[in-house]
Amino acid sequence: MIARVFDGLSRRAVVLLTILLLLMAIAPLFVGDYLLTVLILILYFAYTGQAWNIMMGFAGQLSLGHALYVGLGAYTAAALYVHFGIGPWLGLLVAVPVAAAAGAFIGYLAFRFRVGGVYFAILTIAVAEFARVGFDHLAWTNASSGLFLPVAQYARNDLWQLRGHPAMFYYVLLVAAVLAFIACRALLHSRLGYFWLAIREDEEAARSLGIDTFHYKMVAVVISAGMTSFAGVIYAFYYNNLFPEQVFHISRSIEIILGPIVGGIGTLFGPILGAFVLTGLAETLTGALSGLGIDIPGVKQIFYGVCLLAVIIALPEGVWPWLSRRLGIAGDKP
Amino acid sequence: LPFDLYLNVAVGGVLTGLVYGLMALGLSVIFGVVRVVNFAHGEMMTIAMYIAVALFSLFRLDPLLMLVPISALLFAAGYALQAGVINRFITRPEHSQFLLMVAIATIIVNVLLILFGPDSQNVQVAYAFDSFQLGPLIVDATKLYAGMGAIVVTAALFAFFQYTPLGTAIRACADNYTGALVVGLDVKRLYALTFGLGAACVGAAGCMLLLIFDVTPTVGPSYTLLAFVIVITGGLGSMPGALVGGVLIGLTEAMAGLLFTPSAKSMFAFAILVLVLLFRPQGILGKRAA
Repeated sequence: MIARVFDGLSRRAVVLLTILLLLMAIAPLFVGDYLLTVLILILYFAYTGQAWNIMMGFAGQLSLGHALYVGLGAYTAAALYVHFGIGPWLGLLVAVPVAAAAGAFIGYLAFRFRVGGVYFAILTIAVAEFARVGFDHLAWTNASSGLFLPVAQYARNDLWQLRGHPAMFYYVLLVAAVLAFIACRALLHSRLGYFWLAIREDEEAARSLGIDTFHYKMVAVVISAGMTSFAGVIYAFYYNNLFPEQVFHISRSIEIILGPIVGGIGTLFGPILGAFVLTGLAETLTGALSGLGIDIPGVKQIFYGVCLLAVIIALPEGVWPWLSRRLGIAGDKP
Repeated sequence: LPFDLYLNVAVGGVLTGLVYGLMALGLSVIFGVVRVVNFAHGEMMTIAMYIAVALFSLFRLDPLLMLVPISALLFAAGYALQAGVINRFITRPEHSQFLLMVAIATIIVNVLLILFGPDSQNVQVAYAFDSFQLGPLIVDATKLYAGMGAIVVTAALFAFFQYTPLGTAIRACADNYTGALVVGLDVKRLYALTFGLGAACVGAAGCMLLLIFDVTPTVGPSYTLLAFVIVITGGLGSMPGALVGGVLIGLTEAMAGLLFTPSAKSMFAFAILVLVLLFRPQGILGKRAA
């Protein structure tokens, strides 16, 4: 099993991966509270980016509404906890199917008529927006006044109830991101993965080869949605408060997809690298601006937008393909 | 609820919907010809709205009179954007174009935020509270002017595409890109013109919408989304479809605001989108894709 994980990687790539993993594993011992929250954010985006990449990078279906799955996961687990005292790991057993069902609904609506590309993207936004306005009026989850979880005690870490210090969330997300990476790698090199790539490259050709494109696109949406909802559960128990306006907002969806696009769509390391680059950039900007004494809301976002423009104009494939050539591991099977 | 009230709200919704239709028409024209999805559409409209706000508060210039110069300004901006940046992206994959427009939209929203602040702004024209009475029907003057203006601009655009050589050339690009190149059309320039026209539409729509709604810097994305819902509902690539979709969504929002709660009105617009995709995926007036 372990050997399979490293199949097709050069020695250099394995060494680099191991160093990165070790650094990430010991990081909480050395960084302060602030940097820890930044690292948690990075891991969150690395994980959700990986999940989104299954749909877009592997199967070629552009989803712009992944906040829907984050939100459904977060709200389901939080509501079960608040109303019935059901812990997050059991709540996951409900949250994941709920999100997967939502994904299946969108997929069914779209793929039945071979709605693709832009239409599909808009449909995903529309359903997420529908959920946002819907949850804004749903009394069971406190509508727009927000759903609150009891505040965590930092002193005691209760992994089963996910109540505790941010470092605990860090390790939970680190494990999740690593598992997501391994799972995506396995998927990509499975029969399923090759079908997805065929659909991504040329759907008509894939159909004519006898691939049931409807079926495999549905599988992609359901897996991606289910995976993303886990991040939502963590989100709920980490932040302890949920507002439809924030959780389901379209800017949440866009944040999720920026990482993999900047990092390199369809690559396994792109989502992780993108999360580091973008979150790092955003936090550096915040630090630099406050250091310069500039406190105008919006300046940071403008600079962010300009950097984004520069990246997509200069590196259309994303940063990872370029970086992997630099590191001399580009020839590896991804 | 009395019948009068329903009728008044419905007429108001249809008039607002005409302006929505004009906004969506801009998006439809850009997508239909350039094949680029303008995810900064609503943000471009907020630029027009803020220019109108500024002109009104500084010089007391009526947004309806400023419609032509503001549209011209947005045309120039749209032309420059397409010629300078987007033309390089027309052969790139969709997600790459999407990211480009998201970056542009982010910059627009935040520049407006810095220039005008986060508070909502509006214009108080002299006829803001006037209304016309026609039997039991009472129509707000602002909505009537806005709706009429939208019809005039839309008619002008139709005429341009139908009867002028330039309009015909642009339609040729949309129908057959290679064919347009073969007969010697300057496709990149026509693309820039088209994007400019789309921007001008949304600029005009912004001036008129300002009579009806307030504007904040962050309202852009929701208008972008609304334009998409309308265009897909009406049929992507169909110009009359955009108008029909706009009226339908305007009417739905108005009735939902009356029968349920105004804050839930956009939910019904999305519900219509889902229904359309379910039963008529090509849109109300759209042609079935092969």
